[in-house]
Amino acid sequence: MIRRAALAVWDFIVGDDWRLALAAVCAIGLTAIACALGLSAWWLAPVVALAALRWTLRGARPSATSASRTSS
Amino acid sequence: MDAAQLSLALSVFLACAVEAVEAFTIVLAVGTTRRWPPALAGVGVGTLILAAVIAALGPALTALPLNLLRVVVGGLLLTFGLQWLRKAILRAAGAKDKHDEEAIFRAEAAEAAAAPAGAGFDGYAFTISLKAVLLEGLEVAFIVLTFGANQHDVGLAAAAAAVAVGVVLGLGLALRAPLARVPENGMKFAVGVMLTSFGIFWGAEGAGADWPGGDASLAALVAAVLLAALAMVAEVRSRGALSPPATGTAGAAG
Repeated sequence: MIRRAALAVWDFIVGDDWRLALAAVCAIGLTAIACALGLSAWWLAPVVALAALRWTLRGARPSATSASRTSS
Repeated sequence: MDAAQLSLALSVFLACAVEAVEAFTIVLAVGTTRRWPPALAGVGVGTLILAAVIAALGPALTALPLNLLRVVVGGLLLTFGLQWLRKAILRAAGAKDKHDEEAIFRAEAAEAAAAPAGAGFDGYAFTISLKAVLLEGLEVAFIVLTFGANQHDVGLAAAAAAVAVGVVLGLGLALRAPLARVPENGMKFAVGVMLTSFGIFWGAEGAGADWPGGDASLAALVAAVLLAALAMVAEVRSRGALSPPATGTAGAAG
């Protein structure tokens, strides 16, 4: 029961691609570290987030399939 | 209504409308194929649970210190936004099947027709409708909560969500058919851009960063995320022109 609930929460927050959830944590975490060191770090979060997004899309290419059932 | 409130209302409205269209398709398929009373009962119970989630978690979120709230909200929105945006980019580039409400309606109706029907209360229709509302609505409930809590305007966020549901229901009841002409994929792209931008903005601010120009930089951030996403769509599309078409949806999981 607890395991199922934990899995449901994990699935809800982390979603289909755990790498993007990790990227979100890294983007904000690295910004916090840089700010704590006194650096100007407003640019860090967008760079990390968008770089991670692009990285997860590597290898993706158009397919020949037509519209069908998908989720969210 | 200032620019921040308008952004909040627009983002919540779009996110909620998209999810409401999806839930409506499933409930419509179950209701028309089985029986309406249990399907509508499922919708009612699902809506009550979502309202209870918002009512329970709303005060808890708004009680957090401002910077911690921004980090939590920013992190959640950024996580949701990146997931939405990735799928939207893949769909826009033709690397993932687009959402087709008519196809989903046919599939759900076929499943509902094939499921055994017992005497008395139709548990199948109730459960499927309840799950549709809960699964499609939970993320929207979190978006309402996080946007609303951070802007200290949960009421506006909830109102935008209610208007979106009302519009979708109104259209659906008028047409009595799946809302296939709603530009769902484009709306998801817009929601992905907005959630990602707000997530980055609030998350970085909560972590201690000072945005040049303050709140005004949010518009520039939205534009930057949009341009980056469009560039990624073009990049994925270009791979199709450079190499033979893929046989499936490789690299398009999710």
